[in-house]
Amino acid sequence: MMIALFADVHANREALTACLADAEQEGAESHVFLGDLVGYGPDPVWVVEQVARMVENGALAVQGNHDAAVYDPAQRLSAVAQAAINWTRPRLAASHTDFLRMLPLDLNEDDRLYVHASAAAPPDWIYVMGPREAFQSFRATAQRLIFCGHTHIPALFNESATRLPLHHIPFDSRPMPLLSQRRWIAVLGAVGQPRDHNPAACYGLFDTTTNRLTYRRVPYDVDVTARKIASSGLPMVLAKRIVTGS
Amino acid sequence: MAKAQLNAGMMIDGFRLEQRLHRGAMAVIWRVSHADFDFPIVMKVPFLDYEGDLSALVGFEVEQMIMAELTGSHVPRWIANGDFAVQPFIVMEYLPGPTLQGRMHGQVLGVESATSLGIAIADALSDLHHQHVLHLDLKPANVLFRASGEAVLIDFGLSRHEHFPDLLEEQFHRPTGTTEYMAPEQLLRVRSDTRSDLFALGAIMYQIATGELPFGAPDRIAQVRQRVWRDPLPPRVIRPEMPPALQEIILKCLEPMPDRRYRSAGELSFDLRHPDLVDLTERATRTERANLKTTFKRWMGVRKTMRAIYDSSTKPPPRAPIILVAVDLAPGQEELRHALLDTAVSVLANIPGARLACLNVMPTSLIVIDENVDAAGDNVHVQRIAELRRWAEALQLPRDKITYHLVEARSIPAAIIDFARSNKVDHLIIGARTLGGSGKNRVSAQVSAQALCSVSIVRTGISSSRQGGGETGEPLANPQPHQNPT
Repeated sequence: MMIALFADVHANREALTACLADAEQEGAESHVFLGDLVGYGPDPVWVVEQVARMVENGALAVQGNHDAAVYDPAQRLSAVAQAAINWTRPRLAASHTDFLRMLPLDLNEDDRLYVHASAAAPPDWIYVMGPREAFQSFRATAQRLIFCGHTHIPALFNESATRLPLHHIPFDSRPMPLLSQRRWIAVLGAVGQPRDHNPAACYGLFDTTTNRLTYRRVPYDVDVTARKIASSGLPMVLAKRIVTGS
Repeated sequence: MAKAQLNAGMMIDGFRLEQRLHRGAMAVIWRVSHADFDFPIVMKVPFLDYEGDLSALVGFEVEQMIMAELTGSHVPRWIANGDFAVQPFIVMEYLPGPTLQGRMHGQVLGVESATSLGIAIADALSDLHHQHVLHLDLKPANVLFRASGEAVLIDFGLSRHEHFPDLLEEQFHRPTGTTEYMAPEQLLRVRSDTRSDLFALGAIMYQIATGELPFGAPDRIAQVRQRVWRDPLPPRVIRPEMPPALQEIILKCLEPMPDRRYRSAGELSFDLRHPDLVDLTERATRTERANLKTTFKRWMGVRKTMRAIYDSSTKPPPRAPIILVAVDLAPGQEELRHALLDTAVSVLANIPGARLACLNVMPTSLIVIDENVDAAGDNVHVQRIAELRRWAEALQLPRDKITYHLVEARSIPAAIIDFARSNKVDHLIIGARTLGGSGKNRVSAQVSAQALCSVSIVRTGISSSRQGGGETGEPLANPQPHQNPT
């Protein structure tokens, strides 16, 4: 089965549309959303409704810190992120907020764990940036594969018997075997706001039959989204971020 | 793992064990059969139950991972991998031996074999490197040959795929490899330099030609360091019949500093195929090792040298592309030749480090006529090469950046395509005559349709085709390169 994995959509309609179309073309049969559907971007309503429809039809979704911040004022965010959430909150109807509130922090499916940040303490939203965080995340679950997001930077870690996990920066759009006798953490890049200096949207395709993961990069019209951000009253820096991928 | 004793007749994942072919230190090879495969296949089963040698396990994981990715005639065709949780194995195409090691056993294959087998192995390496895989344990025991003469590389337990996590880098604290053929940077655990494989191939060609190992057979990995300060005996000392060009090639492969070796397997293969074009240096005529004083100085400076080797090996490798320009020497094509020159300049400017190969193809029939007329076929050849040189003079390229080739063939486009393929050309430049011939019969059209590399087609402006009734249709800028990447 081919699973498409989307992290950090961040209310970016154009990026999600492009990724969903690419996933369909690549033969994706199921969809998993790894949190942060909203925040930063100009289309929270469209994204939440789109994902809610897909979840009704069998897609899986977990909650991210921006999703929680919509209804939970205790969530700590950076100033820009907080400004974006303050902008988002009044635009969502109660049904949208309820959908975000009901999302689980993590989900297990076969030998896979889906979570927004580190599996070690999902509600603490720990960034899996390096081997130490990867090590803690591995320790928190017995699942063979952990798929997460939150960092907006694609990375792959594999567990070692003798050392800290090995950090690998994946090549774009090339299937990579996740050897079945090893445990892996795949940090997907962001659909809606990549920060690895490549503005193309990033999502994952995992083939359970061949055990291969591909980090797909999908270019989309960032200027459209940037213009929407600029005219919506969201912080201007967010428009610049999606154009430069930083 | 590998718990059960393996016996003939046993079934593993649908494969029936037929006959044990080989029992090595790390694995056993069984001839197996399966209803879906009508060609001979073998199963490689690792020994994983001896005490705590994690490296054997990781090596087998790596081999499973890499073999499943590789395609083409220079590797055994991969069939299946066995799950580690049940019974790890790899099933692949069976290739009858002997290996190169078997072929060399008890005899010296000699200088000519060093060239022909060197070409075969360099081509296999080139293919492997183009698939983003570094072998890193190239040795005669890991080379087989198909009936066609093509080399097939086996045993990828120490290999590296450039796009995948390197499980071995993580696992090993000590360098690994086969001491006889190991490049100095491998001592420093560098696992990302394709030129390490060229070093190994240099040692193999040395051994094929002379029957001796260039650096002996050190017992311990640490002794590999010696090759940084101690030269190999020049192979011509052992085999005086070896042409200087081959000694140049072999010693260039064996340079301790990666930057002084060939930049790619394709470039090495090119030199092996065209020994008359090899730029000879002091290496070609060397008759002894460096003297004691020099060797001592090198020994004193070995720490610094090792650092330089590390730097040279870990910075991104310079590109060494070959640009082929097919030059039409027929009278009346002066303007086209000039346009070719312009395009060659701009392509060279955009590909730093590139080498230009100038090719002229003589139709076979033409030579016969010439011989009939002036009975001086050789002179025709000399004349043509001289014309190629004169054409290229304006480029002012240094000697090691340009080569001249003359090929006789019945079909001009086929000869150009063949040349580009066998010499691993990266970019081909060809002129399109604006006179005569229908579109699809043109040489340039056939070449661009069939070449495996990028092709630039050069046309001259409308002015040159005036006499031809303007058959090119639209006026074209002068020159008009047409990019046709494939």
